[in-house]
Amino acid sequence: MSGVTIDDVRRVAELANLELTADEEPRMQRDLNSILGHIAELNELNTSDVPPMAQVGEVLEGVEAFLHGETLRADAVRPSVDRAKVMAAAPETDGRFFKVPKVIER
Amino acid sequence: MASEELTGLTQGLTIDAARAAVASGETTAVALAEQHYSRISTGDEQINSYLSLSRDRALAQAAKIDGMAARGEALPPLAGVPLGIKDVLTMQGTPATAGSMILKGYQPPYDATSVARLEAAGAVLLGKLNCDEFAMGSSNENSAYGPVRNPRALDRVPGGSSGGSAAAVAADFAVASLGTDTGGSIRQPAAFCGVVGVLPTYGRVSRYGLIAFASSLDRVGPFTKNVKDAATMLEVLAGQDAMDATSSAQPVGSYVAALEKPVEGLRIGVPEEYFGEGLDPEIRAAIEKVLDGLKAAGCVIKKVSLPHTKYAVPTYYVIATAEASSNLSRFDGIRFGLRDAEAKSLSALYRKTRDAGFGSEVKRRILLGTYALSAGYYDAYYKKAQQVRTLLTRDFLAAFHDVDVLVAPVTPTPAFKLGEKTDDPIKMYLEDIYSVAASLAGICGVSVPCGETGEKLPIGVQVLARHFDEATMLRVAKAVEDGQASAK
Repeated sequence: MSGVTIDDVRRVAELANLELTADEEPRMQRDLNSILGHIAELNELNTSDVPPMAQVGEVLEGVEAFLHGETLRADAVRPSVDRAKVMAAAPETDGRFFKVPKVIER
Repeated sequence: MASEELTGLTQGLTIDAARAAVASGETTAVALAEQHYSRISTGDEQINSYLSLSRDRALAQAAKIDGMAARGEALPPLAGVPLGIKDVLTMQGTPATAGSMILKGYQPPYDATSVARLEAAGAVLLGKLNCDEFAMGSSNENSAYGPVRNPRALDRVPGGSSGGSAAAVAADFAVASLGTDTGGSIRQPAAFCGVVGVLPTYGRVSRYGLIAFASSLDRVGPFTKNVKDAATMLEVLAGQDAMDATSSAQPVGSYVAALEKPVEGLRIGVPEEYFGEGLDPEIRAAIEKVLDGLKAAGCVIKKVSLPHTKYAVPTYYVIATAEASSNLSRFDGIRFGLRDAEAKSLSALYRKTRDAGFGSEVKRRILLGTYALSAGYYDAYYKKAQQVRTLLTRDFLAAFHDVDVLVAPVTPTPAFKLGEKTDDPIKMYLEDIYSVAASLAGICGVSVPCGETGEKLPIGVQVLARHFDEATMLRVAKAVEDGQASAK
């Protein structure tokens, strides 16, 4: 794996909807390279036969709490948070919807 | 009453003592809350542990408890006990900033389950506690609202990310508090500030209302002044919640009752990888003393190996940042918090809001996580880390075939100075070397004070136990605490 370039930093920032200043770009490049260098140590391990683990429950065979479906709640209608309270926290709203700038630009 | 007299009453006050004083009529819940607010107003300017105070809600709850006490009603387990809440948990009507500018002014419309449970158990919630931005940090220096200082040594960090939660308890600005731990954020600040901090098993305490950092790792747990208080808090907090699908149906243990059982015959594992190069000699000596004490109490001490330990930090920083990059995409200036009002297009609105709202550590982790998940790198980084996470977890499961708990240092060094590690992210990340493996494996742990260094800095020892075996974990923690008391 080759190092992270400034272009990589810009591409990833765009994917993440982040805007970096001219000062931040080289700093992030330096930090990402140093962190990824440390992460490269994982390649010392042969993991070809090891299943990936996304959640703790996957490795706990026989722990009843994590059997499939056990933690699903009943499929019942229940009130959600009051709309007025949610809208009160929004930066811009007409009381019913969130307002945003024009989405289609051309 | 003179103010010194008022604040003196909060010193070293435990849950048991506070509740008993309210129940007996020796004091009132309102008076206890006021004493804490008074102490906060004189002392917290220096420490910076609270970000906001929820005075109206606290005093209304305190008056309710006082009414119950006056009528001679049975009081719940936390009746009148003043607590603080880490500012990544939601409390209706109180700001929730997550230590970030992007949530400045946000007032969540609902209570986190853990918050609601504490209040239903009679607790008086004093306010919200400072932390690293979105719980990302090991020193509380990443808060947008300024760092927290360690009450035990003002030139030192309190640890992170739950720095405010640990400092508030250490400084008697709360009897106990709630924190969160993703890679060590409860245990490490507990060790740095000389208080007890519990990392419950993943799924033991509901995450509903916790502003998510890394959902497969995030946990909510208590900070307290002693082990018994931690057991009391955990009994209230633990249990399944319909609002968190990862919360477990495993029966909740009688944690307080478990403390009465002797530790004789328990097998204590000492993981050799946690005692290698880089461990401060004074911390090593303190942990060895703890092990001698447990041996004297009848425990069997066994050396064990967790061979993949050195891979825990890199594994953690792939998985946690990948999950964070996804979780933090919800902060976009549309539904809550900050918005860049000048932006003319939706994409500019996202970018400019996030640029203004996020601090540099949060940006760094979002970039790293996005990179690890991006096309062409997913298998090399994210999948690889998930596979090593399996190996790290297997290490613990294998060790727990031979021993009942593990005893190890929490941190390689005692609390470091403010500004000491802010320039080098790797240096800061390695601070988590003894804490992240337990986070990745989902097992439970507790940090217990076990002495201090020559410079009077607190030292913590962690007791790690099997998934859902908080009862044994706390039992051993109590024996460690008792050993400290008898050594004094």
